[in-house]
Amino acid sequence: MGSLLLLVVLAAAAAWLIGAYNGLVSLKNQTLNAFKQIDVQLKRRHDLIPNLVNAVKGAMDFERTTLEAVIQARNQAVQAGAAGPGAVKQISQAENALSAALQRLLVVVERYPELKATGNIAQLQEELVSTENKVAFARQLYNDTATQYNIKQQQFPTSLVAGLAGTRPAELWEVEDQAERAVPQVDLSSKPKA
Amino acid sequence: MSDGASLNLFQQQEANRRRTALLVIGFVAFFAWLGFGGDYLFYLATREAPRAAYHHTFPWFGLVLSALAVAVAWYAYATGPEKVLWSTGAREVGGSADPAGPADPADPKERQLVNVVEEMAIAAGVPRPRIWVVDDPDPNAFATGTDPAHAHLAVTRGLLELCSRDELQAVVAHELGHVKNLDVRLMTTLAALVGAVALMHDGAARMVRGGMSIGGGGGGGRKKGGGGPLLLVLVAVWIVSWLVAPLVAQVLALAVSRKREYLADAMSAQFTRNPLALASALQKIENASAPTTHIKRGAAHLCIADPLGRRLGAREGPLADLFATHPPMAKRIAILRGMGYAQLKRQQGGGGAIGAA
Repeated sequence: MGSLLLLVVLAAAAAWLIGAYNGLVSLKNQTLNAFKQIDVQLKRRHDLIPNLVNAVKGAMDFERTTLEAVIQARNQAVQAGAAGPGAVKQISQAENALSAALQRLLVVVERYPELKATGNIAQLQEELVSTENKVAFARQLYNDTATQYNIKQQQFPTSLVAGLAGTRPAELWEVEDQAERAVPQVDLSSKPKA
Repeated sequence: MSDGASLNLFQQQEANRRRTALLVIGFVAFFAWLGFGGDYLFYLATREAPRAAYHHTFPWFGLVLSALAVAVAWYAYATGPEKVLWSTGAREVGGSADPAGPADPADPKERQLVNVVEEMAIAAGVPRPRIWVVDDPDPNAFATGTDPAHAHLAVTRGLLELCSRDELQAVVAHELGHVKNLDVRLMTTLAALVGAVALMHDGAARMVRGGMSIGGGGGGGRKKGGGGPLLLVLVAVWIVSWLVAPLVAQVLALAVSRKREYLADAMSAQFTRNPLALASALQKIENASAPTTHIKRGAAHLCIADPLGRRLGAREGPLADLFATHPPMAKRIAILRGMGYAQLKRQQGGGGAIGAA
């Protein structure tokens, strides 16, 4: 009788251990996958920007500095990305700077209703918004998944298994950045030529 | 939030898998009951017939009806999404994801739809569904499919015209919520089965009316059927089963869909971090609640708002509980606004969500 009870308790403990371990491993892989998704979206943004800027260069000649800033930020982000996945801090800084440059471009477009009326610019605006959203939502998914993973690791009793599963707290992707906090400066002195 | 939500999601997926299986089993069992029950009654009716006359000893009806039910259920499960889309007359709009499919839409509104769906698929962590537009001026949307990898998302042209980008995003996120927690599997199978039941019922009723007059004439001459009250009850239940089959299917479709709407609303808020956008989208849809003429009764429970424009959903109560496919819009909007204000309060301290333009 006593040994039977012991057996049942042991079996329950083993079942819980397996479940907790597998849950952690699954979350770990989900987190890794979510991180890859950010990469995919950043890469997509890098590829898209030169085309977009070229398409509107003519119509937005008076805003050449804004466009050049975007291109420059993009090139720096590509360079930071090439440094390898270890340099998370540099990558996120460069990407945040690029986001800020794109935000400024969007604000500029908003300021000139005449510009928005032309099809090219309206399309540019839509594509820019969508590109930024894709990056933002990929980050959101990563941060949500990583948070969930971190909580699971630290919560009792799953925390007992965390060491066994070789888990490490995942770093969240910070959005807070000086460049992003700064209010975009809009130069209203120059008017569109058209 | 994320921990509880994900646990909930996992349970929801499991529940939907189980319910779909139960639905299919129940469907087949119901037809087996109709078939074998008929066989038994026919057997009793012919048992005391003269030696030379026909004796119904082999359960042909049961076997045929069961086989038919299995075939229909399989067909409904396999082709349900196509059937639903076909019944609404939706046309596919492309996007860069599939080079073989239709080209990128030239129309700016549809281009925006493709972008928004791609964004929300990223936020929800599911593959991009195929995107369809129904050319109907009434705003509505639905999702269908068997799992996230084979999902379809359709919106009406009216929704594209009426909603801002934020609102469209919220509606798309709601539909992707249905996709992610596998509501679409259950609801699409149900839609296909409801259609099949209605069809089979009409056909079978005609056959049975023909058969009854023969069987009734043969059996009526006997002094007693040999069964007593138990047999009478059996006969009554069997006949009632035939009569109520379509009604049962309909009520099932309704009961299954209402609770899900609240959950999908919550998932939309989680994906967009913008519950107020869905609240205002629902308000717009509600105000424009002319019937969506392209979406028929069979697919009603798949939509974000009741396409038939029935006002039963305006309040909750026993009647609405039984017959409305959707929870009251006012209540859904109130819940979403509550989420929105709670979020605003939290954001006062910083650490805000990502604003989508």
